[in-house]
Amino acid sequence: MFILKLLLKNAFRHKLRTTLTMVGLVVAICAFGLLRTIVDAWYAGVEGSSSTRLVTRSAISLTFPLPLNYGQRIKSVEGVSGISWSNWFGGIYVTERNFFPQFAVDPPSYLALYPEYRLKDAERLAFMRDRQGVIVGRKLADKFGWKIGDQIPLRGTIYPGTWNFNLRGIWDGAEAKTDENQLLLHWSYLNETVRKLYPKRADSVGVYIVGINEPQNAALISQRVDDLFKNSLAETLTETESAFQLSFVSMSEAILVAINAVSLIIVVIIMAVMANTMTMTARERLAEYATLKALGFAPSFVVKLLFGESLLIALIGGGLGLLLTLPLAAGFASAVGTLFPSFHVSGLTMGLQVVAALVVGLVAAAWPAWKMSRIDIVQGLRHVA
Amino acid sequence: MSGAGEPALIRIRDLSKSYQRGGQDIPVLLDIQLDVQAGDFVALMGPSGSGKSTLLNLIAGIDQPTSGRIEIGGVDIATLSEGQLADWRARNVGFIFQFYNLLPVLNAFENVELPLLLTGLSARQRREHAQAALAMVKLEDRMDHYPNELSGGQQQRVAIARALVSDPTLIVADEPTGDLDRHTGEEVLGLLDELNRKLGKTIVMVTHDPKAAARARRLVHLEKGVLVDEDPAAEASKTR
Repeated sequence: MFILKLLLKNAFRHKLRTTLTMVGLVVAICAFGLLRTIVDAWYAGVEGSSSTRLVTRSAISLTFPLPLNYGQRIKSVEGVSGISWSNWFGGIYVTERNFFPQFAVDPPSYLALYPEYRLKDAERLAFMRDRQGVIVGRKLADKFGWKIGDQIPLRGTIYPGTWNFNLRGIWDGAEAKTDENQLLLHWSYLNETVRKLYPKRADSVGVYIVGINEPQNAALISQRVDDLFKNSLAETLTETESAFQLSFVSMSEAILVAINAVSLIIVVIIMAVMANTMTMTARERLAEYATLKALGFAPSFVVKLLFGESLLIALIGGGLGLLLTLPLAAGFASAVGTLFPSFHVSGLTMGLQVVAALVVGLVAAAWPAWKMSRIDIVQGLRHVA
Repeated sequence: MSGAGEPALIRIRDLSKSYQRGGQDIPVLLDIQLDVQAGDFVALMGPSGSGKSTLLNLIAGIDQPTSGRIEIGGVDIATLSEGQLADWRARNVGFIFQFYNLLPVLNAFENVELPLLLTGLSARQRREHAQAALAMVKLEDRMDHYPNELSGGQQQRVAIARALVSDPTLIVADEPTGDLDRHTGEEVLGLLDELNRKLGKTIVMVTHDPKAAARARRLVHLEKGVLVDEDPAAEASKTR
């Protein structure tokens, strides 16, 4: 108790200096957490992917569609348990700033492959019955304040014109990582319209989603699917859903590496600032440490005092930084809208923030503690004079 | 004060101390022989650079001699390791410094309690001891005051309470009145005199001030690192 009191009093002896150091820690730990969360959010699509789903796309590029009749052939491949497809719709809701992913899907087969989209039976039925109907994730509905029955107008970019959809259902994700920022519409409705306006673009799909029961055979099944269309006009590339999502992430890998590096650099900078604080603190108290040693306190006591004080400042600053990360992340998530399918501070990130604060505290005190434990008592006592 | 026939509390033999400066040996103390009986009050005097503070530091176990022996209570402290020496100081030495050396973040009570953390005493026992020590220096009404709320004389009295709270064998005082005005210095010296006479504490004090030295029972003069002169009245108590 006495030691804890001494640590607290020492830590706040220079209130301005300690406060400024803590502010630095709050900013650094908060920035570290936010940057890590951004990187996590980037990978959220990968984490939300299922091992029981493959994605088949054009071997040339994702922008090249595949024929609709591939579906039946893929379904006949050994190991395939289900098949569905989707097209990127790319509509704009009011302004470009309101970006969110929209996919034209075959509802029965698609929802069968995505059981993590929890939809009420009545809403599912209403969606199935209304060819102009759409369903959206809960976060998206909350963001725009949509309710069942609302009409959602989208201005087409890939498929020109104004498209009016009826909101028939709102799904909740089975897990936190489940994407709740998408809109799903009827592929048949889209295809019907496209056939009238742009017949050459009809009966094509963007990607096939292939359901499998044996994830361990994913590579083999992928090979079987791609072998089916070898040397055809539209060769395919089949991969696991996570690999498909990773291919998007890898496009921006350099940015992610930079974000990760910056998050670590911030911690290193605050470590240097904190080490400077602790070194100044120790130098000012040279005579006090010499006095303690003269009174009979072992050098390890001085070491404990310095490490204790440093850890106390680091943990208070780090703790405040961690607490501040949560509302800031929420604010950031609402500012960037539906750019990320999921944006929440993970337990791992919070754990890393605590570890970062601890490491800062320990490293900052290491040099002054070592130095002060070795001070010559006589020289230290002269310091006061 | 112990009789002349009893073994000395402090036995210093062939003690030398030198410092290395710029590759040169600078002798500070040369071949010191000194005995101090238990219960004695010794004043070490001499001009600046005579080595009196170095001798006090060696006796207190916060410096190491270049050669020779320093036996205190039968223990040759020159042979102790750093850790053993720290333990020994905690049990046997009370320090009084010229500038008090109180911890500014602790109040008077906590400063006095500090050395007791090194003992096995419970919190309650520590509180009783610290209160008794502060009462002894007549500062029981200033327990909650921080050093910056106390005068120089009061701070030195807190330091004296801290020095005696663990009931040490020996109290070393380095210019205890050096930072005080004459009147306050007299009060502090009176307190040291009381500790020596009433509690039988052995005190070794370094001072420049002849009036302060006059309070001691024995004067030891140093010049250029050599013991040159001793108060004749104290000769009888000196045992070689």
